[in-house]
Amino acid sequence: MATYTPRVRKKPKINWTPYLFLLVPLLLYLVWIIGPMLYTFYLSLTSWDGISPELKFIGIKNFYVLFDSLKKALPSAFEYSLINNLKWLVAFITVPTVIGLGLAILLNQDVKGDRYFKVGIYLPQVLSFAVIALIWSWIYNPRYGLINSFLFKIGVEDPPGWLADKSLATWSIIAAAVWRQVGYVMILYLAGLKNIDPNLIDASKVDGANSWQRFRNVVFPLLAPVTTIVVVISIIDSLRTFDLVQIMTRGGPANASSVLANLMYIQAFNNYKFGLGAATAVVLFFISLFFIVIYLWRVMQDELEY
Amino acid sequence: MLTNSSQEMSRARMPTAYHTRQRVLRISLYIFLVVFTLLYLMPLFSAVVASLRTQDDISLNGFWSIPEQFTFENYPKAWVDGRVNRYLLNSFIITIPALTATIFLSSLSAFALARYRFVGNRLIYFMYVAGTMLPFQILLLPVFILTNKLGIYNTYLSVILIHTAFQLGFCTFVLRNFMRTLPGEIMDAARIDGASEFGIYWRIALPLSLPGIAAVATLEFTWIFNDYIWALILIQDDALKPVTAGLAGLQGQFSTNWPLVVAAALMAAVPTLIIFFALQRYFIGGLMLGSGK
Repeated sequence: MATYTPRVRKKPKINWTPYLFLLVPLLLYLVWIIGPMLYTFYLSLTSWDGISPELKFIGIKNFYVLFDSLKKALPSAFEYSLINNLKWLVAFITVPTVIGLGLAILLNQDVKGDRYFKVGIYLPQVLSFAVIALIWSWIYNPRYGLINSFLFKIGVEDPPGWLADKSLATWSIIAAAVWRQVGYVMILYLAGLKNIDPNLIDASKVDGANSWQRFRNVVFPLLAPVTTIVVVISIIDSLRTFDLVQIMTRGGPANASSVLANLMYIQAFNNYKFGLGAATAVVLFFISLFFIVIYLWRVMQDELEY
Repeated sequence: MLTNSSQEMSRARMPTAYHTRQRVLRISLYIFLVVFTLLYLMPLFSAVVASLRTQDDISLNGFWSIPEQFTFENYPKAWVDGRVNRYLLNSFIITIPALTATIFLSSLSAFALARYRFVGNRLIYFMYVAGTMLPFQILLLPVFILTNKLGIYNTYLSVILIHTAFQLGFCTFVLRNFMRTLPGEIMDAARIDGASEFGIYWRIALPLSLPGIAAVATLEFTWIFNDYIWALILIQDDALKPVTAGLAGLQGQFSTNWPLVVAAALMAAVPTLIIFFALQRYFIGGLMLGSGK
């Protein structure tokens, strides 16, 4: 056991240099990010309409209104949003991960011209959601769109309305989002595969493992850290989704494709219910927080490796 | 080593059936990849084709028909009538200052976090990292109110400021980790030679971090350029809108003319596509740095 020896410590001299470097950026960050975040929590406890001069404090009533709407027989906009966020989340952790990983493995085996395939698959990631929303809105157009004009051509008489169809709208938007996401996941996995020691693969070959066994027992476990990052980033991306929904359907038809991010916008900026909108944002924040913490924990682990 | 070479030898002695099988596998993999990539890019290819046709042609014959004629008229129309020219210019007016400010300010805080020990270092670092993952919705209302209070609502400045502040988190995260890998000896030597702390940052840390800065700047350019939500919240004037918000408006305005809307969307994508193709290496590098590894 170490012995504790009280010692008269010299008053440590504070080195102000790092604080001077941090001053301006940190101030900007506090004013525009941290402060607003805290203020949203406060707003969520008021009934402010964005116009009246004073804020009326109403406690957790906004949250009560939101969660009480779940009990109604007809699904509320909030209920639709929660369910749709869940659909986004499930689709985002499965589809881009599987396709991205599959492509990464195929492209990792010295394919001639692999660069062109990688660029092609990655390309949609560079486009803005606004551009993707417009192109896919055309693709889904019930009369002139890419899909339905093909369906008409092959003799389908009554093809679905896609974005106009209550049960298909969300999935249609998700498909466009997944199209954008796959390339990103593929790139992360390609980097992960590069880091795998080829000797381990050779060893498993010598041991007579077939390609599936090699993938199942060697490659996939070694990619576990990449998979964690991919899944966490995908979840957070899925919760942040806004642009596509807002431009393609505005949450419609009849809230059927609404997500929390877009519901919050409509409550606050279309219906002037700032308090309720803030409450929805807080709900979204707490759902995200869970995954942000997992992400932070990962980063912190990297930190300890130093 | 031994297993490797013996494996090579046994492979060389393998019957040709093995080689044939390998070859067939290679070729089918290749065909699969070509077909998959082409199908994957089909939305873009077909959008290009649609933009070169007229709405009458498409509505009369459907998209899957031999075009009556190809026309470029949708592009100048979208450029002028659709105001894509104005919107694209606005995008640059917003993106360039925001990007410059973000990179400069984040390199300052990254330098402090990477090269000094002080109280609050870790806390500030994790605050930046966590901030990059925030849903924008938690910031929308107060930022909207703040810009109103400061009298900068509906100006370029409001969007530039919020982009700079928000992107600081990610850039600081990446650059701080980059600067940690720089050799400390050079900086110590400069310190002994009497360089000021700012001089060390400006003359040594910053130039040595250029590869990291290039990577993060390439990525940030597309992120800021592609932003939609802040423009939607903070800009009301059509004449000030960046191309993302402008495009979203076009859809309602020209909803009966899809070829024109698609042409506008394709033109809006050009700047980020150029950046991507020209700076691909940095682009991918930025993604790697940002994914925590």
